[in-house]
Amino acid sequence: MKDPAPLTTDHPGQVVSVTPPAPGRSRRLSDRWLAVTFISPAMLLLLAMSVFPLLWSLYLSFTDYSATRGGPAHFIGFGNYTAILTSAQVHTRALTTLLYVVGAVGLQTVLGFGIAYLISRRTHGRGVLTTLFLVPMMLSPVVVGLFWRFMLDAQFGVVNSMLGSVGLGQVEWLTRQRTALISLIVVDTWQWTPFIMLIALAGLSAVPKYLYEAASIDRASEWFRFRTITLPLVWPLLLIAVMFRAIEAFRLFDLVYILTNGGPGVSTETLSFHIYKVAFLGFNTGTASAYGILMVLVVIVLTQLYLRYLNKLKED
Amino acid sequence: MAVSVDEAVSTGPARDHAPPARRLGGRGRSVLEVVLLTVLAVLMLFPVLWMLETSIKENRDVYAIPAKFFDFDVTMAHFKDVFVAPDGGRTALSVSFFNSVVVAGVSTLLATVLGVPAAWAYSRFAVRAKKDQLFFILSTRFMPPVVVVIPIFLMYREFGLIDNKLGLILIYAAFNVPFTIWMMKGFVDEVPAEYEDAAMLDGYTRLQAFWRYTLPLLVPGIAATAVFALIFSWNEFVFATFLTSSDSVRTAPPAIAGLIGGTTTDWGLVAASSVVFALPVLVFAYLVRKHLIAGVTLGAVRR
Repeated sequence: MKDPAPLTTDHPGQVVSVTPPAPGRSRRLSDRWLAVTFISPAMLLLLAMSVFPLLWSLYLSFTDYSATRGGPAHFIGFGNYTAILTSAQVHTRALTTLLYVVGAVGLQTVLGFGIAYLISRRTHGRGVLTTLFLVPMMLSPVVVGLFWRFMLDAQFGVVNSMLGSVGLGQVEWLTRQRTALISLIVVDTWQWTPFIMLIALAGLSAVPKYLYEAASIDRASEWFRFRTITLPLVWPLLLIAVMFRAIEAFRLFDLVYILTNGGPGVSTETLSFHIYKVAFLGFNTGTASAYGILMVLVVIVLTQLYLRYLNKLKED
Repeated sequence: MAVSVDEAVSTGPARDHAPPARRLGGRGRSVLEVVLLTVLAVLMLFPVLWMLETSIKENRDVYAIPAKFFDFDVTMAHFKDVFVAPDGGRTALSVSFFNSVVVAGVSTLLATVLGVPAAWAYSRFAVRAKKDQLFFILSTRFMPPVVVVIPIFLMYREFGLIDNKLGLILIYAAFNVPFTIWMMKGFVDEVPAEYEDAAMLDGYTRLQAFWRYTLPLLVPGIAATAVFALIFSWNEFVFATFLTSSDSVRTAPPAIAGLIGGTTTDWGLVAASSVVFALPVLVFAYLVRKHLIAGVTLGAVRR
């Protein structure tokens, strides 16, 4: 670590500045000036690239604008919003998204926590194990999606090949309505179980040892220790991971796009994917904007919950 | 909250679970746990290994039924196909890899240059409504990309930034700035403000104190943060696929995804390009493994 205050100044030019500037008002002023100049460029970028586009979306959501047709946008009030909220198509996508979020995040939580618990009980090789388990998480959704598409291929996919060699029938993973959504959940679980595992492992390592020692003096059973010590102490952190994953899963797009392209039929179309279709294949920019704004509202509520909870956890 | 990835990842002595008087079947249970962990590890790693294997298989072995696990012919042809076109020139894929390097690199640099000073300012000064500002900053990162891309697309069309590397760089920088600020604020908080106060007593201005005393201490944190931003930009797909179209601008993710467009797919080539694409990420991720929790939770969860 560097010496906080050097005894001698190495650069002769600096000697002059040893006389401190007049303290007080000017310093506070320059502090404020510094804060503004340091924060505003980042803020400007965010305003230009996130807030302004969203405001534009908000404006478009009240119009019948189409990006391809061009021409002036006509103000149609809440027409887009009522159309979306009453559309049976949208309800189907909402249900698909819900099934996917609950299925994938639920599975990840159980598996991730399970793996973390098993790893935390090992004395040797924890570092290697953790590193190996983390690989899927770092891969791009493109790589993950493409590769699983290859592995789940009905004809020459390795998954069906393995099923065949143990005497089970072939499954059309990505081309049957029900199995396609299951495949999506499986692939997402494969990629993100490490995320939950990583955070659960951090929580498990933070449980103070003396609690277990006290419990074993009391001859508490393993299950009792798990239920009364491990779980309550790890749960708050685990919940952070679960909420984080739920937000991410809610806005999922790329994996669907690569793995199933929404199909077969519309069985794996999530809300994000549906917005893409409305905007870029249907060219109903106004409707897609309204759709997007509604999704953003949900994300904002979820994010607020997440951040509130995170903040509460940090203050404790 | 006393949570550290160091602890989680360290191979140091784990807490002693074994009660002094080991109950009957303790050994059996331990064996069962090891077996279970091994099975899970194999399940998790199999797709990665299969990808590696496919990338070095001869084509006829790639499509073999039943799948060949060990007795296949090895070839490096797929890797050559990634970079060298049949006519000897550069492939579109290799151009896209180069584009990815440029876009990810420049956007990371931009996000770092903008984010680090902001993080320092948020950490050191009493900014009005600081908490709200920080919350706002992070929530921009949670916006669904598909929703943001619609107005961005219209905006870029006005400014001629469609199918332009600068467009991608700007949007990636905007997506990485919130992360950089949150992640770096944690690192800045760990450097005592007293260092700067002491330097200022010596006559330095606040800016000089930041530059000469705090910034050098932040370098490891900045490096880790930049690596994560690099990974996010490198892996990004949605903006890349909607905002670019020509081979000379396209980054690697949409280029690799484009390999499966036709009637037949050269899965060996897909596997090889995926390996080339994923390898740097894994290396970089390994380098920043100590900060992995903070990194993947966008700086929200840390020690």
